[in-house]
Amino acid sequence: MATLTEAEAPPPPSPAVPTRRTSRGRGRLVPYWLLLPGVLWLIVFFALPMVYQASTSVQTGSLEEGYKVTWHFATYWNALSEYWPQFLRSVLYAGSATVLCLLLGYPLAYLIAFRAGRWRNLVLILVIAPFFTSFLIRTLAWKTILADGGPVVGALNALHVLDVTGWLGMTAGDRVLATPLAVVCGLTYNFLPFMILPLYTSLERIDGRLHEAAGDLYATPFTTFRKVTFPLSMPGVVSGTLLTFIPASGDYVNADLLGSTETRMAGNVIQTQFLRILDYPTAAALSFLLMAAILIMVTLYIRKSGTEDLV
Amino acid sequence: MTKDHGGDVRLSGISKTYGSFTAVHPLDLTVPEGSFFALLGASGCGKTTTLRMIAGLEEPSSGTVSLGEQDVTRLPPHKRPVNTVFQSYALFPHLDIFENVAFGLRRRGIRSVKKQVDEMLELVQLGEQARKKPHQLSGGQQQRVALARALINRPKVLLLDEPLGALDLKLRRQMQWELGRIQTEVGITFVHVTHDQEEAMTMADTVAVMNAGRVEQLGSPLDLYENPRTTFVANFLGTSNLIEAEVDSKSGGDIVLKAGDGKLVLPEARCSAPATAGGRVLVGVRPEKISLTHADDAGDVPVGRNRITGKITATSFTGVSTQYAVDSSVCPEFVVYVQNIDRDPRLVPGADAVLHWSPAHTFGLDAAQDIDAGVETVEEEAAV
Repeated sequence: MATLTEAEAPPPPSPAVPTRRTSRGRGRLVPYWLLLPGVLWLIVFFALPMVYQASTSVQTGSLEEGYKVTWHFATYWNALSEYWPQFLRSVLYAGSATVLCLLLGYPLAYLIAFRAGRWRNLVLILVIAPFFTSFLIRTLAWKTILADGGPVVGALNALHVLDVTGWLGMTAGDRVLATPLAVVCGLTYNFLPFMILPLYTSLERIDGRLHEAAGDLYATPFTTFRKVTFPLSMPGVVSGTLLTFIPASGDYVNADLLGSTETRMAGNVIQTQFLRILDYPTAAALSFLLMAAILIMVTLYIRKSGTEDLV
Repeated sequence: MTKDHGGDVRLSGISKTYGSFTAVHPLDLTVPEGSFFALLGASGCGKTTTLRMIAGLEEPSSGTVSLGEQDVTRLPPHKRPVNTVFQSYALFPHLDIFENVAFGLRRRGIRSVKKQVDEMLELVQLGEQARKKPHQLSGGQQQRVALARALINRPKVLLLDEPLGALDLKLRRQMQWELGRIQTEVGITFVHVTHDQEEAMTMADTVAVMNAGRVEQLGSPLDLYENPRTTFVANFLGTSNLIEAEVDSKSGGDIVLKAGDGKLVLPEARCSAPATAGGRVLVGVRPEKISLTHADDAGDVPVGRNRITGKITATSFTGVSTQYAVDSSVCPEFVVYVQNIDRDPRLVPGADAVLHWSPAHTFGLDAAQDIDAGVETVEEEAAV
């Protein structure tokens, strides 16, 4: 795309009088030429699929007879009334994973930003190192980690953690695999870097002298964190939670590999409808419903966290 | 205004080393309660480190810091009755001006802060800006917020780390007066770190001139200016003309010196170096103490004044005065400031002139020092 942009861009307007008019006219068009690749990309990969999917969602028919647009909006209502438990599960699992990511990621991002010193870059590389292997392989690895009778399950059992999670309905008996806990663990693990990196960026931007100033003004280290560091890291908290929650709520791989039929999320339903049942209208309607649900939640969240003037 | 008798700030044998680098050599310093004290020096001389050790932001490698009777050396910053105005102000960007100023009070559990904050904002003339965020204010206003935020806590000592460094010249001069007024009004001990010698002299009662991690000289601005004891102080504070001379004899409290082929007289009391016949001393005189007479009128110069002859190499008119550079056999660039009262039109570059001044205005320094110490640093700072 870069080469295209360069090829399209005319030379800078020359001040010579005879060519003034043409060069001025072309110069004015340059910004639009530069926009073109991005606009094309958006049209081909975003706008067109959305329109296509929207039309699919209001079609009726069957694979044999073909689908026709009949403005059948009832598909939405049917999909929602049938699959609302999976939607609810998506929100719950993604929400839990986001909270866990924040609890695990914040201290780590804080340490990298303020305490890592010369190890900072190394630790940052370690944070993104899992991306060097495939998402699928990493998730499959968790199958081994959480395997029945494995050391993790044994330890959790010995510490009676499984009793607590069992009581909460997160695990069943002596198993972790194929339970909601396993899915949430998988989601947390897979999306943790998306939490750490924005948190790190916003923490790292905080001027260290503000900590000194707070200490100088009688704030204990904990108060300094509560009143200065945390509020100033809010942009990172907001973008980190969004980057974790949005993909996690649409995810189906973790629920598929680490869960059971009892842990199916919205993503799993959509995948099944599209690829196995081949009920395209329902799948498209479900996708739109999921998108709408996420949009509404995200909008409310951003409004509520009130960080517009910080970001 | 209730006056808290916090007592003096006492630094005893305080030092700071970073690895093999010594930022501050063991230092004893007493800042009297209620005074306006300035630490003056070029960048990297250890003045800011000293200030940060008083604030508790830097732990001394040795020595102790006391406030009155209390040894605070091991206290963390939030437990010290000391507040700092930071060089970059370090205002909290997410809080408005009111909350920035109220921060210290709230941390000490004071609930009704409104009256105090309003009063303090009034003192620094920012009452209107209370609900604005720091980035919406100008540099000068931010500086005043930083001052208000520190002062509202009525600290025993207020530390100011180059507080005017980021302001333009005119605003800086205005804030110097303002700070002086506020200090008189609140009566709190101010310790002010600066590299601007004019700032230190205008504002402070006592100035400690620091160089390479040591205090070179401490005293009132007037004393430092008139009686510098080292070449660094002589050159860093204002301008000095320094001449290397040989001690010839002593008579009645005066030292007679030979410089080139002339003789100069220096009051023994104003010579900080041991003067033995045949030894060498540096003779100094401030440019504004010198009179300039054209060589044709040399006969009119009163007897008993120190005199040197030379050729004018450059003049520059600054309004209040005219500055002359004179090349003489004892000093290649003698600087003379002459007030613009009656200008002698013959004093132009190339003219021969006689420089003369009262022996009482002469000071003597140890010749074993670098004659140019403190000169370049002044120029560097001025260029910034």
